[in-house]
Amino acid sequence: MLRAENLRIAFPGRTLVDGLSVDFGAGQVWAILGRNGSGKSTLLRTLAGLQPSQTKNVLLDGAPLHSISRRQAAARIGVLLQEESAEFWGTARDYVLLGRHPHAAGVFGWSRIDEDIAETELAAQNLGAFSGRAYTTLSGGERQRARAAALFAQRPRAYLVDEPLQHLDLPHQVALLERLSLEARQGALVVMVLHDLLFASRYCSHFLLLYGDGRFNAGSRDQALNAATLSDVYGFPLEAIEVRGEQLFLPGPPSARGPHV
Amino acid sequence: MQRGRILLLIFLFTLAALTGSVAVGSVSIPAGDLFAALSGRVSGPVADIVWKLRLPRAAAGFACGGLLALAGALLQVLLRNPLADPYIFGVSGGAALGVLLAMLLGLGIATQTGLGLAGAICASAAVFLLSFRGGEWNPYRLLLTGVVVAAGLNAALSLILVLAPHATVKGMLYWLMGDLGYAGNPVPALLVLAVLVVVLLPLGRTLNVLALGRSKALSLGVPVAGMEILLYFLAAVATVTAVLVGGTIGFIGLIVPHLVRLLGLADHRWLLPASVLAGGSLLVVADALARSAWAPLQFPVGVLTALLGVPVLLLLLAGRSDASR
Repeated sequence: MLRAENLRIAFPGRTLVDGLSVDFGAGQVWAILGRNGSGKSTLLRTLAGLQPSQTKNVLLDGAPLHSISRRQAAARIGVLLQEESAEFWGTARDYVLLGRHPHAAGVFGWSRIDEDIAETELAAQNLGAFSGRAYTTLSGGERQRARAAALFAQRPRAYLVDEPLQHLDLPHQVALLERLSLEARQGALVVMVLHDLLFASRYCSHFLLLYGDGRFNAGSRDQALNAATLSDVYGFPLEAIEVRGEQLFLPGPPSARGPHV
Repeated sequence: MQRGRILLLIFLFTLAALTGSVAVGSVSIPAGDLFAALSGRVSGPVADIVWKLRLPRAAAGFACGGLLALAGALLQVLLRNPLADPYIFGVSGGAALGVLLAMLLGLGIATQTGLGLAGAICASAAVFLLSFRGGEWNPYRLLLTGVVVAAGLNAALSLILVLAPHATVKGMLYWLMGDLGYAGNPVPALLVLAVLVVVLLPLGRTLNVLALGRSKALSLGVPVAGMEILLYFLAAVATVTAVLVGGTIGFIGLIVPHLVRLLGLADHRWLLPASVLAGGSLLVVADALARSAWAPLQFPVGVLTALLGVPVLLLLLAGRSDASR
């Protein structure tokens, strides 16, 4: 669905990712893993077409992003940014409705369908009772859920989400991951930046490890996710243990830590 | 209260302000004569006062206030800064320099307007070009550039005021504070306002999305770069037009959008038309007061806009609870 072709992410004096060519297919759930500043968010923004200089290296359904209008792209790619403005003039419902912008048919108002979808997604995020509350009065976690509701109201086919679990309590973290998995099972692509290895390993089918020095490691669980690759990417020893048939990765004990941490 | 009802109230206030402003002045006109004159069925001195003096002035005031409020509302979204006002483009300073130079040299009204327009275009072009970099505008850079250019122009203005002969200084000060006394034919400004409203009304929802920030707006399908250029351009056109009509009238562009938001119309689909009506009518009321309340003394309207607007806004700010923020 989404294809990166020879992507390069670099800042003056530093190359974070070089020569990245990966097919992100429908139905897959990808985790982008790496240390702070390794280029995870920039890569996600690049895939979403938010980095103007790189839009020719990203293909959406075979067409380079720069050849697609922003509105058409927004109808297919939904983005949850790591930092979204906390300022907003309206209610939670007003906010979620803006997710319908790429689909809105009329010039001025919203259609009945848009409003129904917004209500449905608010309720799905347990925000039904907050629908009329001013967005700025919501707590951090409630705001994150309102952003998620706006994302799902957008009804994209590719979900590019940056640290979607931030501010969420445990039940809502699980609920969001379950919802994203459901979307993937129904044919959507999900790419998320995560720091939680337990959830990454439990909910993701594919992994993209960024080393922050140009190298990367992309592939399915068998190819990319093991204690050696993870220890390498984090520069921190990790051990794999198995609990009820599920492989989990734990940080190694202090005695096992190398000098480079 | 329903948003439609609030807008209707603002509209009714606008009608009342326009009617009231035509009714008051140095010659008092009874209500019956006023409506007879307005209906166009009678001629004579009263009809002349209404049609040739007061109505054009009220219309010019409305256009000027509406344009300033519209520009302010646009810039507060574009710069994501509640303190943005239409004069950050350097338009006011540039126009003022042109007009004051013309006044200093004793040139006529037409030349003043021409030089004012030239000054406004030069100054805003300088601000835009200096703040444009790498294919896009950085709001901080634009704000800072605007402030710095305005400071430079202000120094030049002060110099002119010091050098100018005593008799012309008062006219200069009136122009600087904003005065509708030289407004002239209101039709061009009204036309500009009408065109801007027609272009901008369908963009209300896009502005709502743009207010979420550039990246988010881009991800929701707004072609951000092109849209920002369009909106900056329209805001600049509105500001230049307003300044050429009424001088640098302060306060309207900054405060009216906030006033309208506090009334509950923060959604840009409502904020833009409401700002035009509220800005226009506030300026009309201020002008009516400025020329009649202390007659025969006439104040520059810019003084009155602040005197009226400040308490209204402070009351609204004090009255709103944080829960409804």
